[in-house]
Amino acid sequence: MDLKDKIISSYVAFEDGLDINTDVHEIRSEAFQNFEKLGFPTKKLEAWKYTSLNSVLNNDYSLFPINRKAVELADVKKYFIHDIDAYKIVFVDGKYSSFLSATTHDGFDVCLMSSALNKPKYKPVIEHYFNKAAKQDNLTSLNTAFAKEGAYIHISRNIEVEKPIQIINFTTGSEQATFLQPRNLIVVEQNAHVQIIERHQSLSEHAVLTNAVTEIFADRHATVDYYKIQNDKTSASLVDNTYIEQKSESTVSVHTFSFGGNITRNNLNFFQKGEHVNSILKGVTILEEKQHVDHHTLVHHIEPNCESHQDYKGIFGERSTGVFNGKVIVEKDAQKTNAYQQNNNILISDRATVNAKPQLEIFADDVKCSHGCTIGQLDNQALFYMQQRGIPKKEAQALLMYAFANTVLESVKIPEVKERITKIIANKLGVNIGFDI
Amino acid sequence: MSKYTEDDLREELKTKQYEYGFYTDIESEKFPKGLNEEVVRAISKKKNEPEWMTEWRLESFRIWSKMEEPEWANVSYKKPNFQDIAYYSAPKQKPKLNSLDEVDPQLLETFSKLGISLDEQKRLANVAVDVVMDSVSVATTFKETLAEKGIIFMPISEAIQKHPDLVKKYIGSVVPPTDNFYAALNSAVFSDGSFCYIPKGVRCPMELSTYFRINEGGTGQFERTLVIADKGSYVSYLEGCTAPQRDENQLHAAVVELIALDDAEIKYSTVQNWFPGDDKGKGGVFNFVTKRGLCETNAKISWTQVETGSAVTWKYPSCILKGNNSVGEFYSIAVTNNFQQADTGTKMIHLGKNTKSTIISKGISAGKSQNSYRGLVQINSRAENARNFSQCDSLLMGNECGAHTFPYIESKNKTAQIEHEATTSKIGEDQLFYCNQRGIDTEKAIALIVNGFSKDVLNKLPMEFAVEAQKLLEISLEGSVG
Repeated sequence: MDLKDKIISSYVAFEDGLDINTDVHEIRSEAFQNFEKLGFPTKKLEAWKYTSLNSVLNNDYSLFPINRKAVELADVKKYFIHDIDAYKIVFVDGKYSSFLSATTHDGFDVCLMSSALNKPKYKPVIEHYFNKAAKQDNLTSLNTAFAKEGAYIHISRNIEVEKPIQIINFTTGSEQATFLQPRNLIVVEQNAHVQIIERHQSLSEHAVLTNAVTEIFADRHATVDYYKIQNDKTSASLVDNTYIEQKSESTVSVHTFSFGGNITRNNLNFFQKGEHVNSILKGVTILEEKQHVDHHTLVHHIEPNCESHQDYKGIFGERSTGVFNGKVIVEKDAQKTNAYQQNNNILISDRATVNAKPQLEIFADDVKCSHGCTIGQLDNQALFYMQQRGIPKKEAQALLMYAFANTVLESVKIPEVKERITKIIANKLGVNIGFDI
Repeated sequence: MSKYTEDDLREELKTKQYEYGFYTDIESEKFPKGLNEEVVRAISKKKNEPEWMTEWRLESFRIWSKMEEPEWANVSYKKPNFQDIAYYSAPKQKPKLNSLDEVDPQLLETFSKLGISLDEQKRLANVAVDVVMDSVSVATTFKETLAEKGIIFMPISEAIQKHPDLVKKYIGSVVPPTDNFYAALNSAVFSDGSFCYIPKGVRCPMELSTYFRINEGGTGQFERTLVIADKGSYVSYLEGCTAPQRDENQLHAAVVELIALDDAEIKYSTVQNWFPGDDKGKGGVFNFVTKRGLCETNAKISWTQVETGSAVTWKYPSCILKGNNSVGEFYSIAVTNNFQQADTGTKMIHLGKNTKSTIISKGISAGKSQNSYRGLVQINSRAENARNFSQCDSLLMGNECGAHTFPYIESKNKTAQIEHEATTSKIGEDQLFYCNQRGIDTEKAIALIVNGFSKDVLNKLPMEFAVEAQKLLEISLEGSVG
């Protein structure tokens, strides 16, 4: 039985455990029918031209994993940005771990999707926002159909959340392959400000497939900084769907750091529903072995006077594959749009591949839209220069690569996150130097 | 100073009628509408083709019948009914001509209306013209001069009779019938086209030129061009076309194959001005063309195109850089106005070492048109030190048109260097102001800016052709190009 059939036949059992007389459940059933019709994406779809999920869909996944193994804080501490005080929403095999978490309802909500979906007090918010930004494509529909648990963050007006929020999904997968579908909802009201760090981490060698959906709503003047750290084991694959809706004068930035995992697909979608909106999409990808990362971005400029900035850097070694598919749509009314897209790639191995497709679709005339895309290698002259001055080749290469990625790193606003990323990069490049020299 | 604003220009573009809309009544010999194996056989028989050619056509027809029309392009149109097209029409008078005096005076008049008077060209431009009028060549000039050099330049139907070995060896070698829907259709029913062979080490002394025209209502035009440049040779080939004004949509599905053997160079320039449909989007030519060139070691193929016509354009002149050190170039200006739709670009497939490719694409959209650039740059794992530079710029006039860019960049080699950049802009008010300040009126300023915008490409056209290109740009952007 293939995964699609297995999922479809499990839906009845899933429904049994739910209150099915709710609006949310109607959304679920509709999404389920949609997935039943569409199935998993194949390479025949233009959007999946460069990424095949076939190899990961073959595993016999446990759809509703039972977590038998207790997770000790000492074992997983390293996956947190532990040197800062933060709110934490932690899931182990898709279940909330109150032991590892630190949530709050004090002035704003940092809590669970399951309570938001079930408790009447959250009903207006859920009705207003749940599944309103998400697209009805294959995998998002699949997630919506099984939406049950995840992070729920609601920041009320004028609140500046004083410390970052970490969302971490652990997988123990002690006995078999695990399929997870976290569903996050983040609502940031007028003039509020929040920083969020997200991570998916497998703790076993068994295969993991995560199909996550995150919806972010930024109201007028809101600011959201979102950091995605992807440094999972090579047995874990991730499809990360993020949908962001922005109102006037809001700023949302998403940094995606992809260093690990087997197949990682990031669908990052911005919808600008107000004037003077600023959207920032940045990413650093450093891969080796047979890893595959596909950044699929969409910025939809609907209203006038908005901006978007995209900057993705990739370094690809061994037999890895990098994909960048960035799409900018500027609607007829979105005059004075300023859309900027940059994608630079370095290949350091003969067997690595880069596929880039920077797309522009423009319907308004008074706009400034540009994109640049390069694929190349490290500058030999610069390497020679450094070697001449006594810097060993490996370190010199690492320095160049770090400098290459630095345009993305320098806009990270949480110093501890930046430090952590720098460490991961140093580790990844096999050098032991701080880059502060 | 006249107050000529962008709005005026837009208005003028809207109302500007297609100047070259006239229709020459030459008695046609026309097949009934429809397509089946019998029609394919009949075309082949009509052309008195050898058995292998008939078989090749039939095989292509069988492939075509199993294929579906592609839908991935960013264009929308009412699909042609392939059973409602007459697949063969030839002017009845078919004399073999050696000089212009023998050409039908009515034809000559047509040409002079187009501004491509043969005798003038013959005298001034030193161009040999193989005129294709409704699928069959009726005049070939300068043949003797070319023959001295051993250059073969003739209609492909004649080449099938006289040089079957060459045709058999190369036809379908770069664009096989299985390549795509329209290539398969063309392979089955192509009526005529040009064949050109440049022998080893010969530098073709003149620009070879063909003017394609559609002239008979309800006929599709299926041209097949095959250009072979043998080792160390050089040829510059020009192709241009204008079509009479028509109400019904006409289909044009051509195939062009270029083969540049070791150290050879082919320069292929196109000015395309099929009838684009009127300002309500009615009529116009569907232009579904497959053009591809193959470069062997040290060879170079350069495509230059000025696309101003057609209701729907679907065209991707490509280079397969097979040999080491081979070079591919693509320079394009695509102008769309009213309801025109263009989805055009190129493919550069780097297979050999040290291969280089350059892509310069300029899109100008006005009215309610949609202009897309779609390109592929593919570096295969053995293409050491491959180099690509791509630049796609779009200029928008008005906010009812669209400009789109769909570049595909695929690299499997670490020594390859690829750069791609694209910009979209309008004619800036500051630019106009700057010109006005210096005493250049707005009309001239727009002309200046559009000219400057397209200069990189216009510069690549051969001198003789640049005049024609200017003329065709004028129709689309009258008042802005001076």
